[in-house]
Amino acid sequence: MAAVEKIFNDTITDRETQDKTLKWVGTRAPRPDGVDKVTGRAKFGADTYLPNMLYGKVLRSPHAHARIRSIDMSRALALPGVKAGVTRDDFPDYPAGAVQPAGEMVINYRDMTRNIMAREKALYEGHAVAAVAAVNERVARQALSLIEVDYEVLPHVIDVEEAMKPGAPLVREDLITEGVEPAPEEPSNIAKRVEFGHGDLDLGFSKADVIIERSFKTQPVHQGYIEPHACLASFSEDGQAELWCSTQGHYVARGHCAKLLQMDVSKLRVTCSEIGGGFGGKTVVYLEPLALALSRKACQPVKMVMTRDEVFRASGPTSGASMDVRIGATKDGRITAGEAVLKFQAGAFGGSPVPAAAQCAFAPYDLDNVKTIGFDVLCNRPKVAAYRAPGAPLGEYAVESVVDELAKTLEIDPLEFRLKNAAKEGSDSSYGPKFGPIGCVETLETAQNHDHYLSTLKPGQGRGVASGYWFNIGGQTSATLNLCEDGSVALVVGTPDIGGSRASLTMMAAESLGVELDKVRPLIGDTSALGYNMLTGGSRVTFAGGIAVHGAAEDMIKQLRERAAATWDVPIDDVEWHGGQAVAVNGYKDQEDPMGLLDIAKDMAKSGGPIVGRCSTNAQGAGPSFGCHIVDVDVDKETGKVSVARYTVIQDAGKAVHPSYVEGQYQGGAVQGIGWALNEEYIYDENGKVENAGFLDYRVPVCSDVPMIDTVIVEVPNPTHPYGVRGVGETPLVPPLAAISNAVENALDIRFTELPMSPPRVLAAIESVG
Amino acid sequence: MRYEVPETKGEAVSLLAMAEGGGRVLAGGTDLLVQLRSGMVKPDVVVDIKKIVETREITAENGGFRVGAAVTGAELDEHKALKKLWPGVVEAVELIGSTQIQGRASMGGNLCNASPAADTVPALIAAGAQCHIAGPDGERTLPVEEFCTGPGVTNLQTGEFLVSFTLPSRPPHSGDAYLRFIPRTEMDIAVVGVGVSLSLDSNGICVAARVGLGAVAATALLVAEAADALIGTSVDEGAIENMISAIRSACRPIDDKRGTIVYRTQVSGVLAGRACRIALQRAEQS
Ligand SMILES: Cc1cc2nc3c(=O)[nH]c(=O)nc-3n(C[C@H](O)[C@H](O)[C@H](O)COP(=O)(O)OP(=O)(O)OC[C@H]3O[C@@H](n4cnc5c(N)ncnc54)[C@H](O)[C@@H]3O)c2cc1C
Repeated sequence: MAAVEKIFNDTITDRETQDKTLKWVGTRAPRPDGVDKVTGRAKFGADTYLPNMLYGKVLRSPHAHARIRSIDMSRALALPGVKAGVTRDDFPDYPAGAVQPAGEMVINYRDMTRNIMAREKALYEGHAVAAVAAVNERVARQALSLIEVDYEVLPHVIDVEEAMKPGAPLVREDLITEGVEPAPEEPSNIAKRVEFGHGDLDLGFSKADVIIERSFKTQPVHQGYIEPHACLASFSEDGQAELWCSTQGHYVARGHCAKLLQMDVSKLRVTCSEIGGGFGGKTVVYLEPLALALSRKACQPVKMVMTRDEVFRASGPTSGASMDVRIGATKDGRITAGEAVLKFQAGAFGGSPVPAAAQCAFAPYDLDNVKTIGFDVLCNRPKVAAYRAPGAPLGEYAVESVVDELAKTLEIDPLEFRLKNAAKEGSDSSYGPKFGPIGCVETLETAQNHDHYLSTLKPGQGRGVASGYWFNIGGQTSATLNLCEDGSVALVVGTPDIGGSRASLTMMAAESLGVELDKVRPLIGDTSALGYNMLTGGSRVTFAGGIAVHGAAEDMIKQLRERAAATWDVPIDDVEWHGGQAVAVNGYKDQEDPMGLLDIAKDMAKSGGPIVGRCSTNAQGAGPSFGCHIVDVDVDKETGKVSVARYTVIQDAGKAVHPSYVEGQYQGGAVQGIGWALNEEYIYDENGKVENAGFLDYRVPVCSDVPMIDTVIVEVPNPTHPYGVRGVGETPLVPPLAAISNAVENALDIRFTELPMSPPRVLAAIESVG
Repeated sequence: MRYEVPETKGEAVSLLAMAEGGGRVLAGGTDLLVQLRSGMVKPDVVVDIKKIVETREITAENGGFRVGAAVTGAELDEHKALKKLWPGVVEAVELIGSTQIQGRASMGGNLCNASPAADTVPALIAAGAQCHIAGPDGERTLPVEEFCTGPGVTNLQTGEFLVSFTLPSRPPHSGDAYLRFIPRTEMDIAVVGVGVSLSLDSNGICVAARVGLGAVAATALLVAEAADALIGTSVDEGAIENMISAIRSACRPIDDKRGTIVYRTQVSGVLAGRACRIALQRAEQS
């Protein structure tokens, strides 16, 4: 332990915070979860065990699209060791209108109940059709092979353009497009049309000296979290249940499960495990309701863990898209109009992130005339789930590619071109609201002056830049600070820690209370510990959680002052809280010895009982975050292989509470973007089955594929947050696709309009231009 | 499923013979364990050969080396003399997997798994390596290029297993090299792999050459035409171009998730040229 303390002290003295009034916020303090993670003590989704636990397994559709005529479980249930089985008959149906916003996505219970367990039809290969619980995994697997499902195989459709064509196989036979006036009479795969913008496009384009129009296509990609979905459910005979799972939001999971199992929310207690990555993909439920339903039937705990194959076939990737973008500019580099039409794969149910993509696509620019139209299109793939800045990387890929081409055509430096058109405080955003203080210009200027941008390229290399934007969100959040009898403090929050929130929330709590950091111990409470908490997503936790923790600290400080005032018998207004102590002021100045946390805690019982600081809030005023990436690539012209030689991420954090974690977020986004841009794609065979459901052939980057990613944290404070925090988790994945594509263009003089830029595609393009 | 750890070749052979095809040899297990877990293979008995001394030794023999079938990648990497004589073979072994995999994976397992994309096989073919096989009818020897007969299928008969390889001696001014193409930098399966071995006379004329080609046909190939394009030349760019053409015409790839026919054919030539230039440089320096 001495070693750990030493690390603690070393890193704390290596303080880099510019703001001398802050003691903890802005330092690189040790992570509270670090030792448990490096020693293997941390418990992930699959690490919880209970006595008499059963193992659940899911039977999945082998067809991309098939009507389910019947399911016969009798032989499976007769197998010795099988304790329960569930099918569509064990879950309630909900009407089409049962929608509810959740995080960055909208939840529709008609669809959710069908996604966790196929009803009329299996809608994608890997769609759950039945599940069993047995004494061990081997028996459970054997039982699956005994389930008899009678399928009527139907024609399927995967590609978004194909799915939009009249006469395409209908994923849902009665789907009438939303957002079109008058409503179409014929059903189609188009679930929804959205439109954003302002100004007059025709007028804008008429003022342009140059207009560039391009069409882009991308493949769906998976979030690629290392930890597969996993949970353990235990239902008791009296209708109460417990659930342990790897999730981005245990309160949200509780709500979904209670709805799908038709039980009171209060009767289900959910505990989140440590999470091995989510990136948006663990904001929904897959196994959890099945494990609960099996446990309810078997009256025994049921554990379920997906294989990697199941993760790829049955959990939500983000959309693939077809996108058309047209942008016009004057000779001196002012954009006069921008237009984008985005068509997104939603998977088997509506709800692709196309609205967000349409809103973000032109967000880095201050435009008079702009319009984006989005289509949410069903196809026979797993329903998409959120993936860091859902949708934004795609829209921005298309727009930032065309912006790059415009700058090149006009012979203006690409950063200069962006600066001439950059969104600023007071700009009307392309999707409606006026921007408050934002750091778009600051990130571009930082890029311009960065050593990377000023350095000379090696022969054959290319350099690209791109901007990116994400809104960030706030939302319902609760936090509690419990004063312990020795003066230390237990912080309870209700948002799973994915990106270091235990560290940042603890730092803000210690800062606001004015106490030593190692006196505050953070814990993520289960759903019975606190009021409601929205999930960890939308880059919201350090922002909204920070507001809650600061609020809880203020609540506690008020009580501490009251106790000191009572002890000293002075009016409360004559007691202030400074540097972690209650101090008598005004007429009582210097008359009483200040009281610290320990002094007040040890006499808590006498002065009024336990001291608990609480805050429950619906945090508003999230600060949007802009980023700008610079990337250099090498292209092997004989094999078409693109390698990233240098990469710099510049992004506005508002305030980096823990710079190392912020840098980690920047680097992680860049790495995921490199995979998306260069190699990641699902490969489907002619029957709509995934051919590469594993990390061998679904190629996320390995360590040696990426250089050390350089980062610059820009800080334009968010005025609505006590420490200026914006939220940083998602914007880092927005610029990479375009930045890398622009770099490849710069190296080869070939504009790629399709992702991934995998070696065969790049070589074919090189050869086609001779 | 039974797990057996025989200590002699004879015991291993009788265990495998008794299993009548239901037996599987275990070397490093980096292929076999994956296949067991995914349910691809369901053997009655797993015969771990790592306690059989002959499968675990590297011994000098007639100016070359005898290498046990279960010797690990990490051990080969640490064997300086072997690496000096056959750098291309060792670099092919080192490409397998990662540090963790290297501590287990063997050349024998790589060959016996009979993947058309196995990395060591083109390099072993180029090196002219021989396989020593033990079986119920005694021992026999087979050139590496004849060992695999199709994807996942080998020439081994029931009861037989691979004991060791011999890597021959070689004259001065010889060099070999192996290159593969993968979309990533590691942890991937070769889209194409090429091994080239050549010997020069004192005037720099190529007197012997062998070229092995992987991942572009049902089994790794020995491409005699590619070698012929080099023999008798000074391995100038013209000769290399001819060798590249021979390689491309020898390709019989399939379109699959790892590469298209056109791409594989094109890149096999590119890699063959690059591997040849490295082998030439090594030959000139030795
Ligand atoms: C993460 C990972 C990365 C990998 N990367 C690569 C790579 O880059 N390139 C590559 O080529 N391969 C790769 N592989 C595959 C594998 O590691 C290699 O093929 C390795 O050489 C197999 O050796 P082994 O000793 O582990 O074989 P094992 O798994 O023990 O055996 C493989 C097969 O051969 C049989 N067998 C083994 N030895 C004998 C014998 N002496 N006689 C008869 N039959 C035998 C076994 O029964 C089994 O069917 C990778 C595997 C993993 C898990």
